[in-house]
Amino acid sequence: MEALITTIVQPFVDYPEDVEVAVKEEANKIVYHLTVNPEDVGKVIGKNGRIAKSIRTVVYAACTDTKRRVYLDIM
Amino acid sequence: MKQVTASGQTVKDAVQSAIQQLNTTEDQVNIEIIDEGKKGMFGIFGAKRAIVKVSIKEDPIDQAVTYLKEIATAFSEDVAITVKREGKQIYFDLSGHKIAMIIGKRGQTLNAIQHLVQVMINRISSEHFRIVIDAEGYRNRRRITLEQLAHRLADKAIKINKDVALEPMPSSERKIIHSALQDNQQVETCSDGTEPNRHVVIRAL
Repeated sequence: MEALITTIVQPFVDYPEDVEVAVKEEANKIVYHLTVNPEDVGKVIGKNGRIAKSIRTVVYAACTDTKRRVYLDIM
Repeated sequence: MKQVTASGQTVKDAVQSAIQQLNTTEDQVNIEIIDEGKKGMFGIFGAKRAIVKVSIKEDPIDQAVTYLKEIATAFSEDVAITVKREGKQIYFDLSGHKIAMIIGKRGQTLNAIQHLVQVMINRISSEHFRIVIDAEGYRNRRRITLEQLAHRLADKAIKINKDVALEPMPSSERKIIHSALQDNQQVETCSDGTEPNRHVVIRAL
C-alpha cells in the first residue's frame, strides 16, 4: 500500500525523492502518513483539496481487504 | 523522468555535457536554459557559467498508461488497458475480473483515478489533454441510467409542479442530465451549489 501511495504522488511533485510514507498501525485503524518536500505540499493537495481527495478515494478503495479502517494523513 | 542539470562555459557546452551524462543525442531531449552565462572580460572577470536543464523526451501518453497500470494493479492483477486518442481527448478503457472495485460506488473511484491521470499527464506534457477513463462500458451504462432518471424526475417535477433537486454529481454527469432534458419544453434545468456539492435542479415551467 505504501508503494501505491508513492507511485500516485511521485509524478505530481518536483522532488520525487522526498516523498515518504510512514505507517502507524493501531488496534482498529491503520494510518499512512505522507510527507513531501515543503515546496510540493500544494501540488499534492490541489485546488480546494481536489487532488488530496482523489488520492484518498483511490487509496481507501484499494485497501478493503483489511478489517481495519485506513486513514491517509498528508503532511 | 530522467533529467540532469549541467553547466558549461557556453550554453552549447553545457548541453553537450548534459547529453553525455544522459547517454543520448540532442534530438531526443528537452532543453531548458536556466542561465545563459556571461563571457566576462578576457573570459576571466565577471564570467558566469551557463546552466541548462536537459531531460529525455518521453511520450506523455505512454507514461500515463504506465501510471494508470500501476494504480490499477493495486486493485487487481489482470487489468488490461486499451488506449484510443481523438485529438486532445484520450480514452483509456480498463477491463479485468475485479473491475467493480475500480469503478467504486457510483463511479467515484473511477472518477478519482481519472482526475489523477488528468492532472499527471498535463503536468508532464506541453499540450493539454482531456482524459476519459472507462471500465467495461461503465460510462455508457451510467449515461443510460442518468437519462432515464432525468426523464423520470422531469415527469415528477411537472406532476407536483415543484423543483426537483438531484444528488451532487461531477460536471460530466450533470451535463448528461442537462442535455437529456434540453428538448423537453415543459421543464428547465440548472445547476445549483458549489463544487463538490453542485447538483442539477429540474424546474417545471
